[in-house]
Amino acid sequence: MKRAIGLIFFCGAACFAHLPAVCLAGQISSTELINNAKEYDGKSVVYVGEAVGDVMMRGDFAWVNINDGENAIGVWLNKELAGEIKFTGSYRSKGDRLEITGVFQRNCTQHGGDMDIHAQGIRKINLGRVVSEKLDTSKRNFVFILLVVLCLVFVFVRRQK
Amino acid sequence: MRCSVFLKTMILKPQLQDLKNIGYYSGRIIIGISLTMLVPMVIGLLFAEINPALDFLIAAEIALLIGLILTKICFTEKDLNWMQGMVVVSLSWLAAMLVGAIPLYLSGHWGSYLDACFDAMSGFATTGLTLAQDLDHLSYAHNLWRHLIMFIGGQGIIIVALSLFTKGLSGAFKMYVGEARDERVLPNVISTSRFIWSVSIIYLILSTLVLGIIGIANGMKPVNAFFHGACIFMAAFDTGGFTPQSQNMLYYHSLSFEVVTIVIMLLGAMNFNLHYRIWTGDRREIWKNIETRTLCITIALTFLITVIGLNQVGSYPSAIIMFRKGFYQLISGHTGTGYATIYARQFVDEWGNLALVGLIIAMALGGGACSTTGGIKMLRLGIIAEALKQDVKRIILPERAVVEQRLHHLKEIFLEDKQVRAALLITVSYLVLYGIGTLAGMFYGYPFLDSLFESTSAAANVGLSCGITTPGMAAGLKLTYIVQMWAGRLEFMSVFTLIGFFVAVIKGK
Repeated sequence: MKRAIGLIFFCGAACFAHLPAVCLAGQISSTELINNAKEYDGKSVVYVGEAVGDVMMRGDFAWVNINDGENAIGVWLNKELAGEIKFTGSYRSKGDRLEITGVFQRNCTQHGGDMDIHAQGIRKINLGRVVSEKLDTSKRNFVFILLVVLCLVFVFVRRQK
Repeated sequence: MRCSVFLKTMILKPQLQDLKNIGYYSGRIIIGISLTMLVPMVIGLLFAEINPALDFLIAAEIALLIGLILTKICFTEKDLNWMQGMVVVSLSWLAAMLVGAIPLYLSGHWGSYLDACFDAMSGFATTGLTLAQDLDHLSYAHNLWRHLIMFIGGQGIIIVALSLFTKGLSGAFKMYVGEARDERVLPNVISTSRFIWSVSIIYLILSTLVLGIIGIANGMKPVNAFFHGACIFMAAFDTGGFTPQSQNMLYYHSLSFEVVTIVIMLLGAMNFNLHYRIWTGDRREIWKNIETRTLCITIALTFLITVIGLNQVGSYPSAIIMFRKGFYQLISGHTGTGYATIYARQFVDEWGNLALVGLIIAMALGGGACSTTGGIKMLRLGIIAEALKQDVKRIILPERAVVEQRLHHLKEIFLEDKQVRAALLITVSYLVLYGIGTLAGMFYGYPFLDSLFESTSAAANVGLSCGITTPGMAAGLKLTYIVQMWAGRLEFMSVFTLIGFFVAVIKGK
């Protein structure tokens, strides 16, 4: 029993001792990265978010901006990884939700000092989709009501002239 | 005592005719704004964005309704006097904010109508601070509107209205001046307005092409590349600072985009009179003009301060990167644009106090008079510096020596005391406005330098943010920044006149 308790204490202590390393390897938000950029500079991070805008191919590599709901961060990845992205976020679509594993750069020397992540791997958490737009009937009705009022006012103004 | 009694009796209550003139011309300008909403509505329909198109139709109908009612109730054929012209300008800007915010609010990307008003004023005043949420999913129509209002506001809402008038209007000049443009490029205000529009549209076409091609070369889809090109031009030339995506200029990861936008920002910071000189072949004027010289000196000095500051904290790993980041933010700040290639918090966390102060000074100074920039402006700074130089000369030289106060701005000008006084008055007003915003920021618990940065950015219509401007910001601070953007863009006189007008309504006899 004493040995078992001792083992539990030992494991617990080991976990606490390794907590910072576990945190750095764990999922990190964009705000945390931006606000603590010095701390994470050059470290391997896991960043999750939606691919937004264009996947911008640059030779054998590509830029894709990943938005985690707080900010978007540029991710530099090779074209094979970029090819896995099917949907990017826009008015018309919900982008693929990706888990990026890569090295965070506070002032990337390769990219003119931009804050970015050089991806080593990506994992698709959710496939994006096309967002179909449904007509907002309350807006449509309001347009017609305003149009009628506008016509009445216009007729009144013309008659007075 | 007698003096104060005399002053009190001098305040005259505005007459019905004053109200009719103000109402009629404000109504016409609101009608003009409603017509501009048809542009994003058509774009919405072209991209099959039905609900966004409805947002603009609703907003255009409301604006048209208000405009029609005002022009009907207040119909007059009388021309504007100075007071009425100034009041029309300041009220029209507020009306533009209120109606311009309607489609933004209806999109659901702004947390409240106040937030939408904040962005509408930020757009019209070419500031660039934003409270938009989930910008990366905003429709083409709404994104175009955000940039179009910068284009309209940068040229001047009144300029837009004036350009639509087919015949001359003697009251036009009063509104033109009220909108912080006290210089005419051509003898007639309407010809000046049309010249400004012609120049801007030619630059728009050229820049959209260049930025679109760069965008495609950088891997963007052609439609997006040209759409972004047009939006980026409108916001850069009008020294606004909005971008279609949430990351601002960081979205593009492109040196060519940065270089082209620096050129556009500098073009936007130039006096339209200088553009006219270039277009008519008089390129020597650029190098002789006091504004250009002052701008070169202030860019050099503020950049030096910024670089020393950045070097002190050692934020950047190499001199080239430090130059690229430092110079871009500085030109963006100095021209009053607000484009950024770093995140807002990096200013505070990584730039250090000295570099931040260098950037704040650049933001406070602004660009050329009769341009789209905000801030104190180069002509005023040049006049004050010249007057100071001559005063020092007077002290040093023998008493009988005649000191000639001259400067070159489009022609040789003999500097008079009233010009120096006017320049100093507006400069002091700007400094007070920066101070008020700083106090407001500190009142809401932000540190001094952060508050000064954000306040200067709002009042000088820059748009760079150190992270204070967020949707969660206190409503009081949002209102403070709205007033700062409005007063800063109109350069005070029409705002002071409006305040005087309301005092006269209440206290006048």
